[in-house]
Amino acid sequence: MTGASVTGAEPSPDPTEATDAEPSDLTPIRIVLAKLGLDGHDRGIKVVARLMRDAGFEVVYLGLRQTVDMVVAAVEQEDADAIGISMLNGGHLTLAPRMVEAVRTAGLDVPVIIGGIVPDADIAKLLEAGVAAVLTPGTPAEELVRVVRGAVSGA
Amino acid sequence: MSPRVDVPIADLFERARTGERRALGRLLSFAEAGGSRADELTDLVHPHTGGAHVVGITGAPGAGKSTLTGQLVAHADDAGMRCAVLAVDPSSPLSGGAILGDRIRMDPVVRPGAFIRSMATRGHGGGLSLAVPAAIRVLDAVGFDRVVVETVGVGQIEIDVASAADTVVVVVTPGWGDAVQANKAGLLELADVLVVNKADRPGADDSRRDLELMLDLTVLGAWRPPIVLTTATEARGIGELHGTLVAHRSFLGDSGTLPDRRRRRARHELVTRVEVLLARLTRSQVATPDGLALLDAVAERRTTPSAAADSLLHAVIARA
Repeated sequence: MTGASVTGAEPSPDPTEATDAEPSDLTPIRIVLAKLGLDGHDRGIKVVARLMRDAGFEVVYLGLRQTVDMVVAAVEQEDADAIGISMLNGGHLTLAPRMVEAVRTAGLDVPVIIGGIVPDADIAKLLEAGVAAVLTPGTPAEELVRVVRGAVSGA
Repeated sequence: MSPRVDVPIADLFERARTGERRALGRLLSFAEAGGSRADELTDLVHPHTGGAHVVGITGAPGAGKSTLTGQLVAHADDAGMRCAVLAVDPSSPLSGGAILGDRIRMDPVVRPGAFIRSMATRGHGGGLSLAVPAAIRVLDAVGFDRVVVETVGVGQIEIDVASAADTVVVVVTPGWGDAVQANKAGLLELADVLVVNKADRPGADDSRRDLELMLDLTVLGAWRPPIVLTTATEARGIGELHGTLVAHRSFLGDSGTLPDRRRRRARHELVTRVEVLLARLTRSQVATPDGLALLDAVAERRTTPSAAADSLLHAVIARA
């Protein structure tokens, strides 16, 4: 999906053609992207960060070796609308529920989206644990953007 | 955080003052978005401001500003000084999106409680020049002792932002250029403190000498910008930089130049506010039948751009 273009993205507002609309109507969606624990494979999350930037998102990129508490702290300070966690080392059944729990404990209402290598059999378990969506390799960029937008708007 | 329900701004402010990060995060979003809620917020917090030392850190991409900022915050924290960081990164001019990656350099060094906020430039004309002062004001009002604003020193907007600080730190690295570069007009003229970061690399002393030479040729006031050598990745020189910032803040107070600085900041902010307002009015005036007729007239060379602009300006002022 590296080479995919994001055709579903809304074009950015051209400042020279702006109207009288309140500037806050144009606020981009802010998403915190991170990897938890010792999973060091960050090629995928970097690709996703770039795709999302190109689709008009503001990506707060935390990168590797985060704890769930670090992610929660970043979400609070950045007033983020969503959390994207990349998992490629099979730790998802342990770490994803912990992430969801930490978000709930903090009293935040922010969707947690998991991206990475997740066996089909585990997807239902993650959704049951409160994960908003699971995106596996091969997901087209348009789908990624649609899912994240949907999760943010509660659809 | 929660659904975007309308929690009264005054409530959020009270919660933010007691240290609630989520409330502060939300207030900064209002400040960043601009518009009527940002104005309401600014009106609310303005009386509570003036206590924080606002430090601008700027320099070329890759100079080590984020790492330096993180170390500086950690050091100040150890000294009992509460710091907040506003890290400004560019938005993509094509998509309007942004990758805000400054936390990746700061999170490993700062304490868990440190407050860092990333801000994208968001392209709307003059928007950042208003959003940054608004955000600084919020952080000041909730009681931070020092507010560090980090920007990439490449564009005019970033220079404006940095120069709105009480103390401007310009970061260079060994090999960035020679004395001729140093004497070119630009960012260096704004510096109150000069930092040569990555000082473990060859050429650091040459850079220091070039900067000293530049300062020798500059007509300076009572404050000669100190040159501090740092290696941020190893936390070297951070104590000296911290001390230099404290000294500059004292100098501003003792020498009576602080009111001048703050007046300069106020002037810049007021002019920008009016510019943004005028720009908005101008764009909507252009969209009226009269405005469109003017565009045609210029495009068909029946009138000149300057005459058309004059007539547009008069229409805008009449409406304002």
